[in-house]
Amino acid sequence: MTQVFGVPVAVILGQLMLGLVNGAFYALLSLGLAVIFGLMGVVNFAHGAFYTLGAFAALLGLKWFGVNYWAALVLAPLTVGALGIVSERLLLRHVYKLEPLYGLLLTFGLALVVEGTLREGFGATGESYPVPRALQGAVNLGFMILPIYRAWVILASLVICGTTWFLIERTRLGATLRSATENAPLLQAFGVNVPLLMAATYGGGVALAALAGVLAAPVVLVTPLMGNSLVTVVFAVVVIGGMGSILGSVVSGLALGIIEGFTKVVYPEASNVIVFVIMAVVLIVRPAGLFGKE
Amino acid sequence: MAAELLRVTDLHAFYGESHILHGVDFKVHAGEVVILLGRNGSGRTTTLKAIIGLVGSRSGSVMINGREAIGLPPHRIARLGIGYCPEERGIYASLTAQENLLLPPPVGSGGMSIDEIYTMFPNLRDRGATPGTRLSGGEQQMLAVARILRTGAKLLLLDEISEGLAPVIVQVLSRTIHALREKGYTIVMVEQNFRFALPLADRFYVMEHGQIVDHFAASELEGRRAALNVRLGV
Repeated sequence: MTQVFGVPVAVILGQLMLGLVNGAFYALLSLGLAVIFGLMGVVNFAHGAFYTLGAFAALLGLKWFGVNYWAALVLAPLTVGALGIVSERLLLRHVYKLEPLYGLLLTFGLALVVEGTLREGFGATGESYPVPRALQGAVNLGFMILPIYRAWVILASLVICGTTWFLIERTRLGATLRSATENAPLLQAFGVNVPLLMAATYGGGVALAALAGVLAAPVVLVTPLMGNSLVTVVFAVVVIGGMGSILGSVVSGLALGIIEGFTKVVYPEASNVIVFVIMAVVLIVRPAGLFGKE
Repeated sequence: MAAELLRVTDLHAFYGESHILHGVDFKVHAGEVVILLGRNGSGRTTTLKAIIGLVGSRSGSVMINGREAIGLPPHRIARLGIGYCPEERGIYASLTAQENLLLPPPVGSGGMSIDEIYTMFPNLRDRGATPGTRLSGGEQQMLAVARILRTGAKLLLLDEISEGLAPVIVQVLSRTIHALREKGYTIVMVEQNFRFALPLADRFYVMEHGQIVDHFAASELEGRRAALNVRLGV
């Protein structure tokens, strides 16, 4: 069998594919973070908590109300997005005019409250969410057996990221969002309800996180801390891509997932830190991030 | 006399701790072109910003078309039918020229069509796909004026639109203001460029230290020229 660095090619390709699945989640989460940061200047530390809430919404919806996976893909982001809008109106909007640190602390506190509440209500051990029937099974790619659900995650994430990119870069609504990122006071002087736009953007960003949570529910254990472990990596992804850059967050999310997968093959000990090593190098060489504006 | 479209009474404006406007009073009738004169730092730009709500805080009264606007947020003030063109032009770099043009939402009925706007500013016609800030200074200024003509705003606040532009562009803008006046727009302008401003205005207000210190009609200008030159340091 063909080998590279003494590792079978099939193993490498398999890890790259798994890395791509992780990268799909990184991309989805960092996308929402980038949009929120770009428009509102808020480093949303609660992003992981909203991802967790998305997964819990799917799980509890199924257990309590028999809501199936496909309905949860729509309902969970809507519910969590509404929750996001409420927290923006009640809490977050008061810190925009202060230093960014306040927004970070506030959302960090929000994340702790969400996690603590979920832990109190459902314990820390977590539950698994069944893979929907239509996506069960696996396909043989020749070099690996790929579970259909993981292929679905990659596809869905690419479609969602692509749609978001199109919305923001190619539509009137997107032009309004971009202009708000650049100079919100002037946009408001033109007659656009900027406070409403901000609330909607925050709702949209956390709805994306919740959608990622629903997608993740069948492949990871649904626990109150599932977002916590992920969000640290996602922040590194956003820094590497460039704070506020949509394209940057998607590309670097996918790329870093793949790089992580590759590291698992050639030097597994480094796979947990490789993203942060890259972040450190990027910060030294190009502080604004790979796609950020200097 | 035409109806009063804008009445500013005892307007004070602040940026943080600094008190910039100290009780500004003036009024503008529908269809008038009014120019605010004064030295740099006299508070003319802040007056325009305070009308639309873009200052830290403000007090006094701003009546627009009979509606009190002092307590409204900027987007509600704009929807009373105001178009604002800031001194720095405010062209968005991340938007194309076309997106910049289409950005401001309608704030009144009867805004100009895209065709009318391109007839008024032919230079903009083929520049639609260009990123906003890649346009020349003159094109950016035309775009900044053009985009508020689309919205149906009837009261235009124009801040130093002739500043730093080539004479040929200033002529285009001058023709534009004339045309807008013919169409019945009401315009409040801040201008430094006397030769540009004089033939356009119906009335002048002179500002100093955040207050109106003088006002006169265009017909009274000749007799006051010497005094005015001293006051403005021309």
